[in-house]
Amino acid sequence: MSNVTELGIAAIRDGVRDGSFSAREVAEGFIGAIEGAKALNAFTVETPEHALAAADAADAARASGQLKPLSGVPLGIKDLFATKGVQTTAGSRMLEGFKPVYESTVSGNLFAAGAGMLGKLNMDEFAMGSSNETSAWGPVLSPWRRNDGGNAALTPGGSSGGSASAVAARLAPGVTGTDTGGSIRQPAAFVGITGIKPTYGRCSRWGMVAFASSLDQAGPMAHDVRDCAIMLQAMAGFDPKDSTSLNLPVPNWEAALSGDIRGKRIGIPKEYRIEGVPEEIDRVWEQGIAWLRDAGAEIVEVSLPHTKYALPTYYIIAPAEASSNLARYDGVRYGQRVAPEGGNLQDMYEATRAAGFGKEVKRRIMIGTYVLSAGFYDAYFNQAQKVRALIARDFERVFEEVDLLLTPTAPSAAFGLGEKSNDPIAMYLNDVFAVPASLAGLPAISVPAGLNAQGLPLGLQLIGRALDEQGVLNAALAFEERAGFKARPEAWW
Amino acid sequence: MSVDTATVRKIASLARIAVSDAEAEALAPELNNILGWVEQLQEVDVSGVAPMTAVIPNALRLREDKVTDGGIRKDVLANAPNAEHGFFAVPKVIE
Repeated sequence: MSNVTELGIAAIRDGVRDGSFSAREVAEGFIGAIEGAKALNAFTVETPEHALAAADAADAARASGQLKPLSGVPLGIKDLFATKGVQTTAGSRMLEGFKPVYESTVSGNLFAAGAGMLGKLNMDEFAMGSSNETSAWGPVLSPWRRNDGGNAALTPGGSSGGSASAVAARLAPGVTGTDTGGSIRQPAAFVGITGIKPTYGRCSRWGMVAFASSLDQAGPMAHDVRDCAIMLQAMAGFDPKDSTSLNLPVPNWEAALSGDIRGKRIGIPKEYRIEGVPEEIDRVWEQGIAWLRDAGAEIVEVSLPHTKYALPTYYIIAPAEASSNLARYDGVRYGQRVAPEGGNLQDMYEATRAAGFGKEVKRRIMIGTYVLSAGFYDAYFNQAQKVRALIARDFERVFEEVDLLLTPTAPSAAFGLGEKSNDPIAMYLNDVFAVPASLAGLPAISVPAGLNAQGLPLGLQLIGRALDEQGVLNAALAFEERAGFKARPEAWW
Repeated sequence: MSVDTATVRKIASLARIAVSDAEAEALAPELNNILGWVEQLQEVDVSGVAPMTAVIPNALRLREDKVTDGGIRKDVLANAPNAEHGFFAVPKVIE
């Protein structure tokens, strides 16, 4: 079996079960692919021994008839998840060498379901970025190139950039991502794969390095909708160790997967037509509308009046929560310590944090500290929390009329490394379509829709009601069946 | 409002991040740029709106008040940059 790396999660699971190939062959195939793809810089740590051990366990389980839901499936794990005994850095020099003594709930759930780990995936530092350029370990490269014959290095998006690149380059059949304000969906769109952020609280945040706790949510990234459903099912579930974990049963999303969306009402929010977005984005959006109409859905224009305030709201709330969460990196309990000769405790804190954090992380901590500081708390943070309530209310009202929303995932295709790294606000605008659903805690998926004139993938986003992952997945499946997206990057790495 | 280098130094101190003079100079316009941009939220009418506290309705749970783990001092200290005699060690804080 030479081409196991072509397969997705469902095909690998079924093939191992049916004896078409062994789990070890699968693991070895992906380990070999990773070995040959160092140029992409997608992994921060490779763990072939973990993947092989899980594969051998899967092969033994098959022999004894005790296969688990993900037996034989090797996965990549974003470096934001604490993995027992395996370096976990969240893309930061601050955590260089940190080896957790515990396993995050999400990665633990995946391993308990039989999956193995191929390695840890590179990411923007503490998930703060939209291009992977803020990683302390260097940017991840997208496997995609423009069709102009040039070899300009493109971003795979961020913050789950290593995750996106690994799936698109067939280094892993599925990976974990995390999404605070688009970090699963925007990279999925940039590299032509599928990624879903579930309802806030579906996946436990325990053991996931915290960025903005009221927004952070884990989710899968994979080749198609079915693979995302399978993986999400294994990741999700109530966890008493996370106070915001939802105490609800996990539906069998795969079993109920159906592309039959006849009679569903799908809203097109008019505020998502914004100035300055390239025409190709509108074109692919129109195409997507036509596909869903073809699937029997009713298309309705709707209004989410506070949309334009979502991004500035996010850039108050997320930095505020980050400034609080990242206070834990003090050089005392874990991570780096820089202690100036003869300095006191305060000097140690300041020197440690100056050396350990990168530029964007410092910028956000400072913004967050400012908006929470005495005299500014009401004007900034409290105001943002109120506007956030209005944004959530917009969605609630619209979902009385429609079942789902269809929007672009990102305002452009992937851009070149360095093109936006000197302008924070231009970089933040990447997430203009992704952030509203994050602020409202809603499930949202990005599905590949087509290629632009330069041969780069474009994605569309489906947003659903809280807890209606099934509705989101089903509409995404109907979309996928019509889009027939088969394009893939040519291997140059 | 505008952030000057003195304000940058104050925020940096609150955030416990050492900044050089050059960094403070560079950060002031950057922070002003971002704060100027988020300023647009002031135009939203929020009268009668309560600040959001939970995005998905969810009550905080209580658990039984009993010890659920412990006896793992070695694990707790495993990643400490400096641990001595079973404690985290820090620079002297008492003169």
